[in-house]
Amino acid sequence: MKIHLTSVFVDDQDKALRFYTDVLGFAKKHEIPLGEDRWLTVVSPEDLDGTELLLEPDGHPAVKPYKEALVKDGIPAASFAVEDVTAEFNRLRELGVRFTQEPLEMGPVTTAVLDDTCGNLIQIVHSK
Amino acid sequence: MAEDVFKALADSTRRRILDELVERDGQTLFEICTRLVTKHGLGLSRQAISQHLAVLESAGLVRSRRQGRYKIHDLNTKPLERIITRWLKPDTTEEPHEDPPHQRLRR
Repeated sequence: MKIHLTSVFVDDQDKALRFYTDVLGFAKKHEIPLGEDRWLTVVSPEDLDGTELLLEPDGHPAVKPYKEALVKDGIPAASFAVEDVTAEFNRLRELGVRFTQEPLEMGPVTTAVLDDTCGNLIQIVHSK
Repeated sequence: MAEDVFKALADSTRRRILDELVERDGQTLFEICTRLVTKHGLGLSRQAISQHLAVLESAGLVRSRRQGRYKIHDLNTKPLERIITRWLKPDTTEEPHEDPPHQRLRR
């Protein structure tokens, strides 16, 4: 068994697609109309057949309180691997991305936490 | 107020939280929890750390603020300055002293 798809709840699919592709650098994989919303997924450009990330609309009433509570305490909704957290932190900060946690070395891993502008915090990580 | 400061400082986890805030101000609860577990092996529940932060906050040693949608914590060392000066003797340098300060201790 392997992870085929995972999701983040976003407040606006268009804005989310722009952020996840133009800023973070993912590639769009599927965009299938489903009534008001779309089945909208992105993948890593390094692994086009790899795990898909579904940019899922956050309209369900349970979702907003859940997201707000996580963000308030700084808890990431997902974690993405990068080559070098500090380099990525500098690149993204240049693009105006807000971080709630600057790069932090924690033994074998380094992490940072950024705001995806769609109501989630995302952790980036690399291992030594 | 001072009693609260002593109570807050009496706990080793709370002292660790202050140590970590010295390193970087403006931390979320998530970052504080992560630092305690990865740097100090303190695997406390998020709720327990939240309670420790509340004790530090009521003593005035930590200030929390909402920054947009996040709640972040800053160190405030003002209460420490008050407890340090509490037992210091009044400054007597107004009276001229025959020895320079560094020699007084040797007499």
